[in-house]
Amino acid sequence: MKKATRRAEDYPLRRRESVAAILADHRDVLLVAGLGPASWDCTAAGDRDLTFPLWGAMGGAAAMGLGLALAQPQRKVLVITGDGEMMMGIGSLATVATQQPANLTIVVLDNERFEETGGQLTPTAGFADIAKIAEGCGIERTSTVRTAGELKLMISGLYKKPGPALRVIKINTENPPMVLAPKDGNELRIRFRKALLGTA
Amino acid sequence: MASTRRARATTAPPDWADEIHRRLQQWNIRQVAVVPDTGQKRLISLCAADPTWRMVTLTTEEEGIALLAGAWLGGERGVLLLQSSGVGNCFNMLAMNLTCRFPLLMIVTMRGEWNEFNPWMMPLGKAMQAMLERMGVVCVRAERPEDAGPATDAAAKMAFEGPQAVALLLTQTLVSAKRFTP
Repeated sequence: MKKATRRAEDYPLRRRESVAAILADHRDVLLVAGLGPASWDCTAAGDRDLTFPLWGAMGGAAAMGLGLALAQPQRKVLVITGDGEMMMGIGSLATVATQQPANLTIVVLDNERFEETGGQLTPTAGFADIAKIAEGCGIERTSTVRTAGELKLMISGLYKKPGPALRVIKINTENPPMVLAPKDGNELRIRFRKALLGTA
Repeated sequence: MASTRRARATTAPPDWADEIHRRLQQWNIRQVAVVPDTGQKRLISLCAADPTWRMVTLTTEEEGIALLAGAWLGGERGVLLLQSSGVGNCFNMLAMNLTCRFPLLMIVTMRGEWNEFNPWMMPLGKAMQAMLERMGVVCVRAERPEDAGPATDAAAKMAFEGPQAVALLLTQTLVSAKRFTP
């Protein structure tokens, strides 16, 4: 029987720094942030009108990014979400691959834990490999990033070739303080559309 | 006589699916999210043949709720085509629409009501509309073929001019009950 031996506690990459580095180099993205710690990381990097942080809708981040990417083919669309959220909507990777949106990148922050609910293990702590699942769904541009050097390369190449792309960042299990996004969903919807389209 | 038959065919009233498709075109729909149902076969093929529309076939219905919320953020309108059993997959995702007031137009073919042969379809057939309404989704029922066009307009207007979440329910009296013939 296979036995998982990795220890996410020891992974070198840190979630806040990784997300801040991505967003520092890609300031113009339309961003969907998956619920929980992934959205806190995005907010910690700076709240902005063109971020849609989710407070629920678990499993929906990638599909939401797809709808946005199809509607805005000239803009770079980024989904940043956690491994638990991605696993819940894992079928949506097949939906993304079918559409082949050139402008969509999904970044999965993978600490192999349901961090918000107490650090319970997710399937990626066992044998599930989200990059391989994405590849199997038909997303050609996939990778798993484990070191600072690999992260730097990933960030510089994020939109260099047409997507769709899925990047897994293996992050350690540290749990930095919450930095909550605005919570009023009506306001989040209106501010995003005003900033992007000039109309609510 | 063949000529008489042909003449009759060309003057026949349009199918309800054609009528829904025509009305949706007028509402400037761009993304069509689908988990197929036999009852919507013609409507789905009409949508797929429309070059200005993007067909997005889903692996599960709640993806469509999130997809169309993203489409709206990007300035596009969409519609979700599904069967009543698939509505059961949507409830958690629907909370986002209702909280954020994203418009949502669902076109649902009913199972588990009139003349249903499959008992597995009955529980959601009986409960679904009440569940949607309990959450705050507006339901519009079309019972006869001639209802389909006006009901589509009514549902689309409430969805996109609300904005709010609206389900257009096409009943089995309209669609006709599915049969598995041995």
